Amino acid sequence: MNAKVTIEIVVGILIMSGTVMSLLSSLGIIRLPDVYNRAHASTKSATLGILCILLGAFLYFFYTHGVSSIRLLLGIVFVFLTAPVAGHLIIRSAHRSKVALADISVQDDLQDYLDSEKDVESSSTTS
Amino acid sequence: MALQILLNFIIAVVWMFLHNEWSFPRFTIGYVIGAAIMGLLSRIWPHDFYLKRAWAVIKLLILFTKELFVSSFVVMGLIIKPKLSIRPGIIALQTELKSDWEITVLSCLICLTPGTLTLDVSRDGRTLYIHAMDINDAELLSQQIKDSFEKAIMEVTR
Repeated sequence: MNAKVTIEIVVGILIMSGTVMSLLSSLGIIRLPDVYNRAHASTKSATLGILCILLGAFLYFFYTHGVSSIRLLLGIVFVFLTAPVAGHLIIRSAHRSKVALADISVQDDLQDYLDSEKDVESSSTTS
Repeated sequence: MALQILLNFIIAVVWMFLHNEWSFPRFTIGYVIGAAIMGLLSRIWPHDFYLKRAWAVIKLLILFTKELFVSSFVVMGLIIKPKLSIRPGIIALQTELKSDWEITVLSCLICLTPGTLTLDVSRDGRTLYIHAMDINDAELLSQQIKDSFEKAIMEVTR
């Protein structure tokens, strides 16, 4: 087994696993009950899937064409940095616009905090 | 910290001047020599030696990658389980981190840990509100993980 075959196998594994992860995260978006749990699926597994696919593409072009595409690496860094922030912002705005949770266990924490903050605001405006 | 890096660069450039040779290997040798000198003289600086902090940053990045992998597999395992046995909820977490930068890094790390997602940060920046996918074990486990994260971030910033 020469080096080229090894590289092709590694690239194949990377791209296949990335595709499977993306598929599973889209399944999670269909299957999970509410927006918060769907955000779990879409931020984590989809991020890792895209990372694997981009890494596979980078390795392929690096070894077969001798091109080290910095843009792919930058893409990995940007996806890595922005995906959790996007998930955070989406579920934060969902909670602010009072989207209900599915089967709630300890929902009270944030709602209590928001209510107490509102009380402070309203009392300060009236006084 | 930035001052130390700048001084190390200046030592490397002086080394290149002394050899009158402008090449990357010469610069690297000068940089290593400068780092060694500054490591020996680190007690005259008010802060720690900066390479110690660079090592802490690298450790934090490794932790970041590891947690991303673990959390993806945990979430995928929950998704393909035939019976959906999750109990989601929102828990509050007190944090000791102070500056905005530290809190941002912590919440990004929490977003990538197994089954947790940062929902909101209270206005005074002392409490993080976290949506946990499975609250049974999450409370204890996430507390543990966050202790290690907080420690790793504190090693970088102070």
